[in-house]
Amino acid sequence: MTTAVERVAEAPDHERLKALWETPHTWLAWLATVDHKKLGTRYIVTAFVFFVLGGLEAALMRMQLARPGQHLLSPEAYNQIFTMHGTTMMFLFIQPVLSGFSFYLTPLMIGSRELAFPRLNSFSYYAFLLAGIFLYASFFTGQAPNGGWFNYTPLTDRTFDPGLNIDFYAIGLLFLGTSTTAGAINSIVTILKLRAPGMSIDRMPLFLWSSLTMSVSVVFAMPALNVALVLLELQRRWGFHFFDAALGGTPLLWQHLFWVFGHPWVYIVFLPATGMLSMVIPTFSRRPMVGHNFVALATVLTGLVGFGVWVHHMFATGLPQLSMSFFSGASMTVSIPSAIQIFAWIGTMWYGRVVFRTPMLFAIAFVFQFVIGGISGVMTAAVPFDFQAHDTYFVVAHLHYVLVGGSAFAVFAALYYWYPKITGRMLGETLGRTSFWVMFVGFNVAFFPMHVSGLLGMPRRVYTYLPGLGLETANMLSTIGAVIFVIGIALTLWNVIASRYDGVPAGDDPWGAGTLEWATSSPPEDYNFGHIPIISSREPLWDGGITPGPAYDEGRLTPRTSPLDAELERVIEMPEDNLWTLVLAVALLVCSAGLLVRWDALAVAGFVASLLSMARWAWPSKGHKVLETEA
Amino acid sequence: MTARPLLPPRGPGRRLPGKAALKLLPPPPSSSKDIAWWAMALFCANEAAFFAYLIMSYFYLGLRSPDWPPPGIEKPELKLPLIMTATLVLSSVAVWWGEHGIKRGRRGQLAAGLAAGIALGLTFLALQYREYHEKLRHFLPQTHSYPSIFYTTTGFHGAHVAFGLLMLGFVFIRALLGHFDGEEHTAVGTTSLYWHFVDCVWIAIVLSIYVSPRFY
Repeated sequence: MTTAVERVAEAPDHERLKALWETPHTWLAWLATVDHKKLGTRYIVTAFVFFVLGGLEAALMRMQLARPGQHLLSPEAYNQIFTMHGTTMMFLFIQPVLSGFSFYLTPLMIGSRELAFPRLNSFSYYAFLLAGIFLYASFFTGQAPNGGWFNYTPLTDRTFDPGLNIDFYAIGLLFLGTSTTAGAINSIVTILKLRAPGMSIDRMPLFLWSSLTMSVSVVFAMPALNVALVLLELQRRWGFHFFDAALGGTPLLWQHLFWVFGHPWVYIVFLPATGMLSMVIPTFSRRPMVGHNFVALATVLTGLVGFGVWVHHMFATGLPQLSMSFFSGASMTVSIPSAIQIFAWIGTMWYGRVVFRTPMLFAIAFVFQFVIGGISGVMTAAVPFDFQAHDTYFVVAHLHYVLVGGSAFAVFAALYYWYPKITGRMLGETLGRTSFWVMFVGFNVAFFPMHVSGLLGMPRRVYTYLPGLGLETANMLSTIGAVIFVIGIALTLWNVIASRYDGVPAGDDPWGAGTLEWATSSPPEDYNFGHIPIISSREPLWDGGITPGPAYDEGRLTPRTSPLDAELERVIEMPEDNLWTLVLAVALLVCSAGLLVRWDALAVAGFVASLLSMARWAWPSKGHKVLETEA
Repeated sequence: MTARPLLPPRGPGRRLPGKAALKLLPPPPSSSKDIAWWAMALFCANEAAFFAYLIMSYFYLGLRSPDWPPPGIEKPELKLPLIMTATLVLSSVAVWWGEHGIKRGRRGQLAAGLAAGIALGLTFLALQYREYHEKLRHFLPQTHSYPSIFYTTTGFHGAHVAFGLLMLGFVFIRALLGHFDGEEHTAVGTTSLYWHFVDCVWIAIVLSIYVSPRFY
């Protein structure tokens, strides 16, 4: 006798479903695939490549700053390196890696066979990859972006920065924005419309709440950056006036637009990490999440409040007192939903029976480090303190405790947790624990002393410091910590590569987890689920709230359901592999390159080509997999 | 024993095969929207935010200037923008009428509605060209931040009208080829949603850039 869970995974006719959903083993098919698992994995791998590049840039900076007055990097090179470090980590690593996990896992968690728009997903991936290459191509010209990841004017006007540096940044990020926005829309529609019948919105896993909140934030925050970048390019290239005070512009407009985008972005790259934690902690506490509804609400609330706190990045610009008081108060309220999440995690562990495996170690370290980052966040939200700490290493410590100690540690927890699902093999546990402890020690030794060097007045983004200011010890410690941290990360990367070949076979549900993605085989079949499941609980694998539904193997089919109650509306056909998404991404790259080098004909050609490939993509395809069956 | 295809081959003018599979299921609630409609609605929300940030930039720059528009530039005329508004609203109505027709299977009504919508949209662009032609003689975008944000906001809207017209043209060609019928007309719904959205953005622009200077 097979269990309901096994029957959900097994297809009545494996060959038939496989023929419908598989990607053929050719190079062209490899490029043309729309499989969310393949694209999700590529997203994660590509993002980790950028993580390594961004990490190398960080290592260079730490080498430069290990002792006062060094000349490993020239001031100009240092500007490029810290700008690309921030830009890479914020735009090319942390957001794409979180999206990659989301694109891989969302259909599995909701009992669907695909994302809502598989071809759009393929476009998102290629645009992300090509925009990343575009940004990194700047190093070959020796003119990498050098205005910081926030790129303040008037420093970045053509007057003060005449090279291609800032154009790489502005055009590259506009290009990347198409990928991020497309991915966000795809996620929202998938989460709202493709959940398995019965998975009402209150039965949805918490990771999806965070990914939904993140995607909605992207839809409304990304345009602010796009406007800022467009205005900047119009000013740099065509002499418009937005950010120069001489003819009615103001540099503060850039700061407002950037941070109206930038602060929601901080939550965009943080909330999915909390969602990952809310998946890992219940599994290793062997009980459902404490306060599930409150955590879901807190997630949405954090996303909303994230739109009302941007001015706390601008306290030092001389804004009116009233405005600063408002934004200071709003920023402090963020600690309320954050505390709800933290206490829910602690409560889950408290009432559960904690099993300490590598993913759980990373998750607990997240909670510890995020609390430190949260406290320094409340400190900098207070205007008088911010006047002291602004633009010092104290802020660097704060943001790294939240984004590295928080988000990045959650990504490592997720890597150890879902790697068995993605590859079918476990990551080495001993190596994993070693890597965790080395990373934990390295991270804290690297970043905790920055609180001190910041309070002592060491400014950010300056390529060196003078001896005798009392900054030597803290900086040397930070550099030693950074080296330890790099070793810890290298151990995990080695683990990922080695376990691919000799890891212990995982089985479907190695952790005994409760959510739907663990009902599939590891790695999942091309069609994810043999039978579309019907769901009646939050942790269907724990309490049996899962029933096998129809197989839907007459075509590339998956059910579409209502947004709140997940009642079956109809069965929809999913598109097949195609190359036009890649053509579109390449056309946009050509257009971006044309704009960059100010060769208008090339830009127009790329633009027209992208319109044509969109039209070709939208045109209904003639070919269609028709299945023959015995009459 | 003969092999029969489970699904009809997909081709223009025929029902898409997803529908064939529908017969396996109870009929869907009639009001539910297609996933493409959701995606287009979200895309419009994203674009609406883009214009909202542009309009906020307009007001932010205005608030920080002693005179807005600055001395030497007159407040914009209302007559031409109101005629332009009329053409866009009428064009939205025409597209809506066409969509209304195809829901009842009337292909001719769809084609006529789309054609009228495209003609009115082109009229809008022609009028905008005339407005720019007139204005550019008085001030260039490089003159001051006011014309910079004026031309940028209205220019981006014009580009969206042009893009909407390309979409309408695309759907018009498909309509002439007989791709749509009473059941299958998703692309008509999403395109008309975008077109109405472009219309709404124009009204927001008229109110903030053309009408609001009359009140200060």
